[in-house]
Amino acid sequence: MLIYALRRLLQAIPVIILIMIGTFLLLKLTPGDTVDALVGDMGGADADFIARMRAEYGLDQPVWVQLWRYMVKLATFDMGQSFVYEQPVATVLMDRLGTTLLLMATSLSLAFSIGITLGAFAARRAYSLTDNLISTLGLVFYATPSFFLSLMMMLLFSVKLGWLPVGGIKTIAGFYTGWDHVVDVARHLIMPTAALSLIYLSFYLRLMRSSVIQVADQDFVRTARAKGAGETRLMVHHIMRNALLPAVTLFGLQFSTLLGGSVVVETIFTLPGLGQLAYQSVIQRDMNTLMGIIFLCSIIVILVNFLTDLLYARLDSRIELS
Amino acid sequence: MTVLDTDLRPAEPPRYVVFWQRYRRNRAALLGLGLFAIVVLMALTAGLVDPGDPLRRAGLPLVAPFVDAANPLGTDQLGRSILSQLFYGARISLLVGVVATLVSIIIGIVIGALAGYFGGWVDDLLMRITEAFQTIPNFVLLLTLVAILGSKIEWITLAIGIVSWTAPARMVRAEFMSLRNREFVDAARNLGVSNTSLIFREILPNALPPIIVYASVIMALSILLESALAFLGLGDPNYASWGNMIGQGRAVLRTAWYCSAIPGIAIVLTVLSFSLLGEGLNDAMNPRQKQ
Repeated sequence: MLIYALRRLLQAIPVIILIMIGTFLLLKLTPGDTVDALVGDMGGADADFIARMRAEYGLDQPVWVQLWRYMVKLATFDMGQSFVYEQPVATVLMDRLGTTLLLMATSLSLAFSIGITLGAFAARRAYSLTDNLISTLGLVFYATPSFFLSLMMMLLFSVKLGWLPVGGIKTIAGFYTGWDHVVDVARHLIMPTAALSLIYLSFYLRLMRSSVIQVADQDFVRTARAKGAGETRLMVHHIMRNALLPAVTLFGLQFSTLLGGSVVVETIFTLPGLGQLAYQSVIQRDMNTLMGIIFLCSIIVILVNFLTDLLYARLDSRIELS
Repeated sequence: MTVLDTDLRPAEPPRYVVFWQRYRRNRAALLGLGLFAIVVLMALTAGLVDPGDPLRRAGLPLVAPFVDAANPLGTDQLGRSILSQLFYGARISLLVGVVATLVSIIIGIVIGALAGYFGGWVDDLLMRITEAFQTIPNFVLLLTLVAILGSKIEWITLAIGIVSWTAPARMVRAEFMSLRNREFVDAARNLGVSNTSLIFREILPNALPPIIVYASVIMALSILLESALAFLGLGDPNYASWGNMIGQGRAVLRTAWYCSAIPGIAIVLTVLSFSLLGEGLNDAMNPRQKQ
């Protein structure tokens, strides 16, 4: 198991290096560099001074040297300075990370649990009215953009009914502590979670439906039924356990798309997370922060994929670890 | 008994007839085709419905739907007709959807074909690049590309294509790996056919059906990506776009919710039509596949 884990980690290294090169290229493609930004901030400077600053930042070096220095810095999580926040990018990102991870966790658990339940339910009654209803629901969920759903939920639950707060992560003048704080944050997260999880819910639903139908057809299920196992036991012990495997892989695969989706949802609900920061950085042309977000998000995605792979290997005994 | 008396099988109906018969069996797919036809019709007749600029003032601001005969679906806060924006928006959505899908499939085919056909270090390198693209959250990459390239519709379409080629590349690679050692490929290779024509003339046509089915998924995702960009105000401001309409409608959500609801429903139905079309195509092209 340990060797398998180490080998998986080693495989991630070339991908991380490629992403580093990618962010470097994107930075180079952006019109203007660090010195341009600084000089712009100062209100201009003479050519001599600009040349000296370029030398100081290493921008006069060949591209290869610059790339190498950039990668060495990134490897120690030094992502440069944000010119908008006047802080190191790493500090800005760490402030925002918690909110995004919380939103990811709630959305994925919601999508996973409800999607799997509905999918299994539909599969047990395959091609019936219930199945058609659930499958249609899944298609509509898939087709609904998260921002549209967010607005419609806001309209219903915040504007018309007044049940839920429109945005933010907590009531600013509330100063809640303890449980009150938790309840307050939870109330703020209900709509963003629903908006973000819907499309993934439909993915899990569809996958689980076909997976259960497939597994239910196999010999060991028939054997169990012949031995007199009840339908519930059959479903829970024999079918679900095997049908869940593909859903676990999807967990890792969809994580990066989910992070991307958080940009829209966090911006709408003014949640102070990485997604909102990404949007603001684009508007404010804060490229260092934007590259930092790309790099940090990629590391998170790689970690999540690594963990799901380990979980998968643990769950599916057919996989050889050596 | 002469040869002429032999029981000849009736001639097979032409391919497209068989295709249509298979497609027709799926009622949901027919619904999808209908919805799709409506969207195409909207895109084509946009100029007839409103020959002027859809972004000009057409009446008083915030007229509710079904009140004013000149603006049947009402107007937004700047007095622009929602109906004509809806029709012109269909044009942009379809255009972005089709072109971005073509871009992503072409990139996907080239990368997937090279990786699957040659294997070895080419495959390793190309697959690591694919993985890197898959690792970066695609919407964040799209935002970055738009920040660098600018908000012109051509660049947005290209950027959407660039962030969505990984799935088709993986599919093409898998198809190529299973096809490259088949007998017909060996036969062609022994006849001295070059690598290029082996890839594009022998293997690719056989690898295409699943990619064509998947194109409907990319098309739906491209439309969603474009509308999300436009919603955030990063779309091309010179064209009417459904996402942009919803984004603008957000400011008047409290009083005039129809401004964002109408284009929202248009997006849902369009994306739904692509999903249903895809399922129908899948049934028609892979009739033996078990669901």
